[in-house]
Amino acid sequence: MGKLTKWKGALAAAALGVAAMAGTGAAQAQDTIKVGVLHSLSGTMAISETTLKDVMLMLIEDQNKKGGVLGKKLEPVVVDPASDWPLFAEKARELISKEGVAVTFGCWTSVSRKSVLPVFEELNGMLFYPVQYEGEESSRNVFYTGAAPNQQAIPAVDYLLGAEGGEAKRIVLLGTDYVYPRTTNKILRSYLNAKGIADADIMENYTPFGHSDWQTIVAQVKEFASQGKKTAVVSTINGDANVPFYKELANQGIKAEDIPVVAFSVGEEELAGLDTGPLVGHLAAWNYFMSVDTPENAEFIKTWHAFIKDEKRVTNDPMEAHYIGFKMWVQAVEQAGTTDVDAVRQAMYGQKVKNLTGGTAVMNTNHHLSKPVLIGEILEDGQFEIVSATDDVVVGDAWSDFIPESAKLTADWTYPWVCGNCEKPRFAAQ
Amino acid sequence: MPACRRSGRFRFGFLMVLFTAMALLAPIAVQAAEDLESLVAELGAAPLPKKDEVVQRMIATGAPEVVTILEALVERDLYTRKSDEKVVIGRKASGGLMLLDPVTGEELGVVGSRDVSRVTTNNSLRSSVKASMGALTLMSPDPQRRLEAADGLLKSSDQTMLPLLEQALAKEQDAAVLNALQLAEASIKLQSESAEVRLSGVQALSDRTDPESRVMLSRLLLKDGDVWREPDENVRGAAEETLASMESRLRMWRTVEHLYQGISLGSVLLLAAMGLAITFGVMGVINMAHGEMVMLGAYTTFVIQEGFRSAAPELFGWSLAVALPAAFLVSALVGVAMERGCIRFLYGRPLETLLATWGISLILQQTVRSIFGPTNREVGSPEWMQGAMESVAGITLTYNRLYIILFSFCVLCAVLLVLKKTAFGLQMRAVTQNREMARAMGIPTGRVDAMTFGLGSGIAGIAGVALSQIDNVSPNLGQAYIVDSFMVVVFGGVGNLWGAFAGAMSLGVVNKLLEPWAGAVLGKILVLVAIILFIQKRPRGLFALRGRAVES
Repeated sequence: MGKLTKWKGALAAAALGVAAMAGTGAAQAQDTIKVGVLHSLSGTMAISETTLKDVMLMLIEDQNKKGGVLGKKLEPVVVDPASDWPLFAEKARELISKEGVAVTFGCWTSVSRKSVLPVFEELNGMLFYPVQYEGEESSRNVFYTGAAPNQQAIPAVDYLLGAEGGEAKRIVLLGTDYVYPRTTNKILRSYLNAKGIADADIMENYTPFGHSDWQTIVAQVKEFASQGKKTAVVSTINGDANVPFYKELANQGIKAEDIPVVAFSVGEEELAGLDTGPLVGHLAAWNYFMSVDTPENAEFIKTWHAFIKDEKRVTNDPMEAHYIGFKMWVQAVEQAGTTDVDAVRQAMYGQKVKNLTGGTAVMNTNHHLSKPVLIGEILEDGQFEIVSATDDVVVGDAWSDFIPESAKLTADWTYPWVCGNCEKPRFAAQ
Repeated sequence: MPACRRSGRFRFGFLMVLFTAMALLAPIAVQAAEDLESLVAELGAAPLPKKDEVVQRMIATGAPEVVTILEALVERDLYTRKSDEKVVIGRKASGGLMLLDPVTGEELGVVGSRDVSRVTTNNSLRSSVKASMGALTLMSPDPQRRLEAADGLLKSSDQTMLPLLEQALAKEQDAAVLNALQLAEASIKLQSESAEVRLSGVQALSDRTDPESRVMLSRLLLKDGDVWREPDENVRGAAEETLASMESRLRMWRTVEHLYQGISLGSVLLLAAMGLAITFGVMGVINMAHGEMVMLGAYTTFVIQEGFRSAAPELFGWSLAVALPAAFLVSALVGVAMERGCIRFLYGRPLETLLATWGISLILQQTVRSIFGPTNREVGSPEWMQGAMESVAGITLTYNRLYIILFSFCVLCAVLLVLKKTAFGLQMRAVTQNREMARAMGIPTGRVDAMTFGLGSGIAGIAGVALSQIDNVSPNLGQAYIVDSFMVVVFGGVGNLWGAFAGAMSLGVVNKLLEPWAGAVLGKILVLVAIILFIQKRPRGLFALRGRAVES
């Protein structure tokens, strides 16, 4: 008897769930603009991407309070690609063909972006990609609001080689074994070579995703650093593997003052879940830090805390990228007077939005932003102290100047180029 | 050393105790203090590259307050008050920061953290400040201070400090400080004008193998363009010889270090696999949710630690001791519930068991994600698990790994005892070997199954406590270990704890010996290929069980 009632309860709950879903379906008014949100809410990437989903919902809610866009309310369509790369492509297709979204904000890993790219190009969708990445790409259907290598990796290395960063003469390139670290390190190696650092003074090492046993590699780094020249580590280690890595560094007695580590994938969100003691003094390079003291940033943090109802939640770089991307898209839609992808794309070029860190971000014709570059040292409380900042915004470079075959390529989606990877303009200049 | 004077200018006795060394310096002059005030203001306003120069001028004033101010700078406790641009020292207090006047030490009231902005420092400034401060704190009664001073001198290699350093060396009792002082002495000697002194510096390093001495010696052998850094050929020769002998001594120690790392990886694998050796090895259940039991143990540790943090922060060192039984209970209960609620209906149907337990693993993961959020949770290490044992030979054995090795051996012994020496263990083995016969003898097989599964899961929970010390505590924690655990159990021989032990240790050691040579990615591939080949040859693993149960 008891069992039966339990089953009945479960059935009733399921029925209720279905009804609720149907209810939302019916409530969808005709006159809304749909905005796709394509971030993993389960699986390995949920750790980073869930926050981006939340920030999109916040931005959309905020915009709706101001009256929406073109007199219509925005309606978020959230799907969960579950950290499964092929599923990203399926969900993207669902968003564009079935849901008919005007624009999609999404993806984190490069492999997920590569997975959805053919879908967006085939169906002529529009994707805003908010994460720093390896460059070497410019798609007509993607706007890259995260940093290209020249907006993160190159300035960070410049800092390490300069007087302020300790004039490093030997560099260790540590990374997780996938496309972003490999490409970034390829660019960095040729950049370092150009700066007069020989291959013998560069150590490159890759580890699998989620690597947790760093004993050998940290011992190797220590050994590499004991050759008399100042050594620094450039880390493209991804997400979860970072915690055991920094713990091992600290346990083996490596201090930031002796061997500084500059990381490209460690931000406030990643630091929130760990004991920051061992990391203090190590560096990160980003376009945004939560600790930047500007009125815009204070406002953003306030809105975020109010939305998420938790004063302890942090903000980070990809969140700012979505903030900039979303504002630009809204401005472009209003300028174009339509959500038609081709019209909005044209309106995007030259679109300006105030950065949260000061200065103004500009969307360039290569679909990359101009943004300032900041370098911060990790503090005890998981925030960053900014130790270096570029004087002006840096223009994002789709094709690296430090890879010979890429240096020849230009990305420019305006006339006469109209191309993401061409050596010559598609149309002859008048 | 002159007696320490308690000056009225300092209201903070505790600071004073730390800074007795200041009594060595010139007496306080009003002139200097005024000067200092403007220098402190300048320090706050100067851009990063200029700050070091201001620091040097501050030290040159010889005022005793300089140590406090520079300490605050290095500890990032120096702030600029936004209202009047005054540079102040901020100490954490309830309601924000208690501001102190850096020169007079006078309390200026508590303000919120938004009312001040930190005086920025970076790694190179801090390390240069620490180096300059070495001279000021070398005679401090606190060994930690002296150690920092010695490290500072090692970096600055200030020739004028040699006499003071020798005085300190003659008096030093603490082994760690003595070691650092000797290094600093050698470093100063190596920078000397006279080749003879430099040679004596090289000789002083000949018995050592630590990385710092190797750095110093290798530096002598560098060339700037075509010019040797070390002009004297004899010194270079001696340095080269010393380095070569260091290398040969190190070679043996490196193998020891690799073995240690291998055993430590092996013990982690052993911990993760031991529970599986029982549920899969003994009961034959392919439990894909095993990793999630480990994860539950880690999250239990987190919850217990949160409790300690809020209720009794001073007892934090004991949190792991409390977490162990708690994690065992939580995981064991979930395990028993799983066995009673699902797995017992699927005995003898391995494929269905696999699918069902995999489903359970996803449910558990998403449940944890919903309760605790998708981000990593912070699990702290108690003091005694941080740092490393730095041996004279220049190899480092980290404490957390050391304790995990010991811990895994303890757990192994405990499990062996339970299996071999208790009535429950006997029943468990009886049920495994011949279920029908065991039932005929009056053993409640259903209950024994549940208890066995609970034991296996509980051990996984304990493993979670240990893994929380070296890995991320996130919902994905378990996934990272499930494949490795199965590998260990299959390789070691199903149904045999010693097999799991041998399997874990050999996999760990082989992995770590391969890693420096092949890299982590290739190393892992090689190990997997080796296991596949091995299983082809011996399908039952290293230690195969013989008996009726196996044949059936």
